[in-house]
Amino acid sequence: MNQTPATTTDAQPDKLSKRTELQRLAEVMSEARTQQGVSLWSDGWKRLKHNRVSMISLWTLVVIVVLAIVTPALPLQSPIFQNVKQRELLPPEFKTFKLGIAEYDETLASKRQELKQMSTPDDRAALEAEIEGLEARHPINVYWNDPNFISQAMIEFRIFVFGDYCIPSICGTDKLGRDVLSRVCWGSRVSLACGLVATLVSLLIGVSYGAIAGYFGGRIDNIMMRIIDVAYSIPFIFIVIFIMSFLSAPAVSDTLRAYKINQITVFFLMIGAIYWLTMARVVRGQVLSLKNEQFIDAAKTIGTSQWGIIFKHLVPNVMGIVIVYLTLTIPAVIRFEAFLSFLGMGVQAPDISWGMLVNEGIQVITPIRIYWWMIIFSGFALALTLFSLNFLGDGVRDALDPKLKNR
Amino acid sequence: MQLLVFLLRRLGWMLITVWVVFTLSFFLMRAIPGGPLNGERVLSESVRAQLEQRYNLDDPLFVQYTTHLWNTICFDFGPSYKLQDFTVNEVLAQGFPVSAALGILGMTFAILLGMTAGVVSAVRRTSIYDFSFMLLATLGIAIPSFVLASMAIVLFVFYFQIFPAAGWGELKQIVLPAMCLGAPFAGYIARLTRTGMLEILSNDFIRTAYAKGLSTQTVILRHALRGSILPVVSYLGPACAGILTGSLVLEKIFAIPGMGSHFIEAALQRDFTLGMGALLTYTVLLYVMNTLVDLSYCIIDPRVVLE
Repeated sequence: MNQTPATTTDAQPDKLSKRTELQRLAEVMSEARTQQGVSLWSDGWKRLKHNRVSMISLWTLVVIVVLAIVTPALPLQSPIFQNVKQRELLPPEFKTFKLGIAEYDETLASKRQELKQMSTPDDRAALEAEIEGLEARHPINVYWNDPNFISQAMIEFRIFVFGDYCIPSICGTDKLGRDVLSRVCWGSRVSLACGLVATLVSLLIGVSYGAIAGYFGGRIDNIMMRIIDVAYSIPFIFIVIFIMSFLSAPAVSDTLRAYKINQITVFFLMIGAIYWLTMARVVRGQVLSLKNEQFIDAAKTIGTSQWGIIFKHLVPNVMGIVIVYLTLTIPAVIRFEAFLSFLGMGVQAPDISWGMLVNEGIQVITPIRIYWWMIIFSGFALALTLFSLNFLGDGVRDALDPKLKNR
Repeated sequence: MQLLVFLLRRLGWMLITVWVVFTLSFFLMRAIPGGPLNGERVLSESVRAQLEQRYNLDDPLFVQYTTHLWNTICFDFGPSYKLQDFTVNEVLAQGFPVSAALGILGMTFAILLGMTAGVVSAVRRTSIYDFSFMLLATLGIAIPSFVLASMAIVLFVFYFQIFPAAGWGELKQIVLPAMCLGAPFAGYIARLTRTGMLEILSNDFIRTAYAKGLSTQTVILRHALRGSILPVVSYLGPACAGILTGSLVLEKIFAIPGMGSHFIEAALQRDFTLGMGALLTYTVLLYVMNTLVDLSYCIIDPRVVLE
């Protein structure tokens, strides 16, 4: 651009070369625009797609998750309604089962009709009380355990679409006459939610802790890592069992209820709070090597704050390895939840989880009769989920591993 | 000398860890209303005051803490809150050998089976053995031990009637729980051995060993196995922790009177002294195991320096 008068004599060839140069650059640019860059994620996804086992696992998981989400809208029997006398420990059967809501509604409607025709105030009051009682004991309130508003809407949708129809007890019933299929489906919600919530908690703690330790380095890093070293050798599983026994103490559970804290929530958070140690170490190692890169210097020069650098520039760059580690954390967490619920320390009735169902199955084993359906279905659901998660985790690790790129 | 420094430093860290666990559980214990004196039968105010005085429960919290800490240092965990006529020490002394036997058997099973499967799959790579062993290994890792145990009970106890359902004392009664306990770790060890073995087998010294005319068996068992054992050894630390937790459920399922079932019972019954005693024992056990694993690691691989 520096065209001084002195060089006007040979401006002609210079201009020419400049134009060709510009043309060339424009060509390069237009070519570059047509080509798409391959990010780590799209490349990883491409390689994951070629891994058949991982894809099967992925689809299995998608099916399981979707089933868990739409469980309230499926025509299942009540997961908690007990019918000990007639339906105790039935083997798998194909007889249709009616929910009995329509019948109930009919009685209710006829009572209401009666109420309109009533004239004497005494009879009116008695009948009103009766109707109120009927409404309180309405199957919707009895068959499902205090659903939140989304589940409530789905249950209403289910009643609207399927009416009284239920899938027969194709997986048998348990010792209190509850349908096993329905319990496995409802249990999946708790188990999967645990995997999600606890993993998110561990992600949050682990990534922030590791990133902070790695970025600040020096003495802070030293102290923070020493804490992790000590925490590593604490048998947290036993401590959680210890803590769960406190939480179930009547005095404590009353206090929790007073603060509107669900015991399940505490349980999930606690599991998450013990699974962050390895994540923190991994993230710290990555941050240590990343923090001397040029883009961090650049961020410092334009005056980004330290927290901005950590959470805007460093954390997104360690996400690859974090995701690989997440795929290992999720099954570990689900397994741990099942383990604790199996011991009777985790999820408490009337909530349901897979670990609890397997435990119920074990409890009814007797030498006289084997109620195999009580163990097989819940155990199979749990094993299938963990199996797919493990395979998917292996696949994701391989897909995001640059060392295996061209093999 | 180096070894001594290493051991002393480890001991120091162990004491810190145990102290952290102790403090944590002590304050948890005290934060909860309801101890052994708040049973179903309500004690009269004066009797209760007397009892509290007898057991130093009316001291200020800090004094209680130091007394309790001192007792723990002297390995006196106090009386059990729920088991009659038992001190925590007695319960632990009864349960520990049982759990140890179960754990050692499970571990032996895991190492034997896992390493055999791993070596075979590595040597016969991409064969049907390799495929089926690795599938089994992934299955073993994915299926929680309690699911495995319950299915094993249905199959081997009631259907085929090979093993007794529960109990402790005979060899027959140990086999099934030990196998269920070891299965997940066998899976991990098989995978680790296979990976390690494949890496070693591609080294030059293996080619040399073949070239000087050694048999396949000697090459694999003498030369390759030693190198591929390293990842397995470093995995033994976490595996010990896993065996400890795994024995909790298996002792419960098979009604084995070990430390794990006492701990679970203590947690369910809120028997805090017993729970704390078991917790501290587990902490120490885990630490000692990890130290041993680190030590053996440096014996097998001379390149590793103790720190």
